[in-house]
Amino acid sequence: MESTNAAPDSARVEQLKAQIARTENELRELRAQLHELESSSSSSSTTQENHQSHHHAVETPVNPAPPQWKWPLKEEEYIRYGRQLILPTVGIEGQLRLKSAAVLLVGAGGLGCPAAAYLAGAGVGTLGVADGDTVEVSNLHRQIAHSTARVGACKVDSLVAYCRALNPGVTYVAHGEHLTPRNAAAIVARYDLVLDCTDHPTSRYLVSDVCVLLRKPLVSASALRTDGQLIVLNSPPAPQGSPAGRPCYRCIFPKPPPAASVVSCGEGGILGPVVGVMGVLQALEAIKLIAAGVGSCGDGSTTVKESSSTPSLLLFSATSATPFRSIRMRGRRPKCFACSADSTLTLEELKSGSLDYVQFCGVNTPVNVLRPEERISATHYNTILAERPGKQSVLLDVREKEHFDIASIPGAINVPFSTFQARNKATANGEEPRPEWLPENMSDDAAIYVVCRVGNDSQLVTQKLKEMGLDKNGTRFIGDIQGGMRAWKKEIDQTMPFT
Amino acid sequence: MASIDTTPRKAADDSDIPNISIQVEFSGGLEMLFSSQRRHSLSLPATEQGTPITIASLINHLCNHTMKDTRKELFILDDHLRPGILVLINDADWELEGEEAYELQNGDNILFVSTLHGG
Ligand SMILES: [Zn+2]
Repeated sequence: MESTNAAPDSARVEQLKAQIARTENELRELRAQLHELESSSSSSSTTQENHQSHHHAVETPVNPAPPQWKWPLKEEEYIRYGRQLILPTVGIEGQLRLKSAAVLLVGAGGLGCPAAAYLAGAGVGTLGVADGDTVEVSNLHRQIAHSTARVGACKVDSLVAYCRALNPGVTYVAHGEHLTPRNAAAIVARYDLVLDCTDHPTSRYLVSDVCVLLRKPLVSASALRTDGQLIVLNSPPAPQGSPAGRPCYRCIFPKPPPAASVVSCGEGGILGPVVGVMGVLQALEAIKLIAAGVGSCGDGSTTVKESSSTPSLLLFSATSATPFRSIRMRGRRPKCFACSADSTLTLEELKSGSLDYVQFCGVNTPVNVLRPEERISATHYNTILAERPGKQSVLLDVREKEHFDIASIPGAINVPFSTFQARNKATANGEEPRPEWLPENMSDDAAIYVVCRVGNDSQLVTQKLKEMGLDKNGTRFIGDIQGGMRAWKKEIDQTMPFT
Repeated sequence: MASIDTTPRKAADDSDIPNISIQVEFSGGLEMLFSSQRRHSLSLPATEQGTPITIASLINHLCNHTMKDTRKELFILDDHLRPGILVLINDADWELEGEEAYELQNGDNILFVSTLHGG
């Protein structure tokens, strides 16, 4: 979780602004609904109303009642959706299907924002958004539906406000909470199609399981750094064990990745247009599916349409010479935990909370490999420097170069964590050569301090340096700065940018 | 499923065995374990102890010779490719092609992709 550092007063101001904006939008929506009801009731009972309110004018013909509207879409809708209506992919039938479809976005972030914008623009009947987070400044470079004025507001409210401004004709439902095993079925059941716009394996397995049980097609996407992935799952949906069904998330990824290998956008970074492309593609897949009739067929049931194409995974790599690649994927896994005939997964089991998705995916526990005497606080390090100026020591900053280039502690040497993972060429006598970063003339008792972002990697590097024999059998102190650069910012230099 | 033997093995010194050329690619962050290089052209002996070389042998080779990072567990776990890595043989999921037992052909393109979770 990233944190904002706005003063409490200005945060309150922004919150109030956001609240006012939301309330104004709600009012607008209510007025539009009232207007619509009034105009439709007056057109069906014009004569009666004229008699009641215009007694004196009964004899003279007033404005004739507007001709009865005999087209399936509203007048404004033919204009608004005209450009997509004339495409064979949509057509009037597709547009009516869009209008009667209810789509749920799980996640109102980098994928959810662009996906919601295009789905709202295309005129889906109901657009639901589920997310429990609030808008942060660090979201804004990619989560384009939010705004600087809405920092601190609930993401679902912010996204709905954006979409409502774009197209007030859509019914919006804001679910201001994260999907959990307990609430997921009740939320998902109201929709025909689901978009997984979340950012963690736990939610991805949960969303998939619910979609299998409730038979909802699922458009899943993800992104990190400059890469993205997209796959349409469970489409067409079919009962567990049915060969007509398409694979679910568990068919493709039966085992979750080790927690240590899962990198978030906060840790790994993300380029806005990369996640934007993936979100837009999700909206595109959803529109294609709905317009083709895979969603609701009006009576609430879901059609099982024979899909001619085999499931495929789209890989996007912004820095590659061939940015888009489509990969043929397997069908349903015969022993799939969720969608196979053998599956014991039920809605009741899910709702009972007996499935622990967090435990299933594993938890990345903070590193704790050093003894307390091998670690010093940022304040302590700062004191050592101040009290003994000129005393020889080395401060190793093991963050990746991009972090180091943004801001670092004066005098620190950058040796990224990954370089410590490279295989060393053992020398003839079995001893490891002196690392390049270590000053040649350094005395055996000159300390080595290690700092990283939040104090995990620094412990591992400290351990590694000792294994390399650099502590000269205890003559030299090697230790890390507890809490890393985050602690340095908090305790020593509040101006330091923290990335 | 046959397990992957990760112990370093002497490269085949029997020069009678013809070599095959394949393209190996890494994406989704896996390239960081392989010198941050996405594409690797490899030349490998077509057979190993008389049987055609498989993807399992390729993974073993990548781990012992191509990978410059010591964190093998980010590529191999319990003698198999770690969960969360997809293998694509000529743009098809390896599960359509026999997984680890797939016999490599000259000119094959093998793509290893780490699944992403961010959004
Ligand atoms: Zn499945």
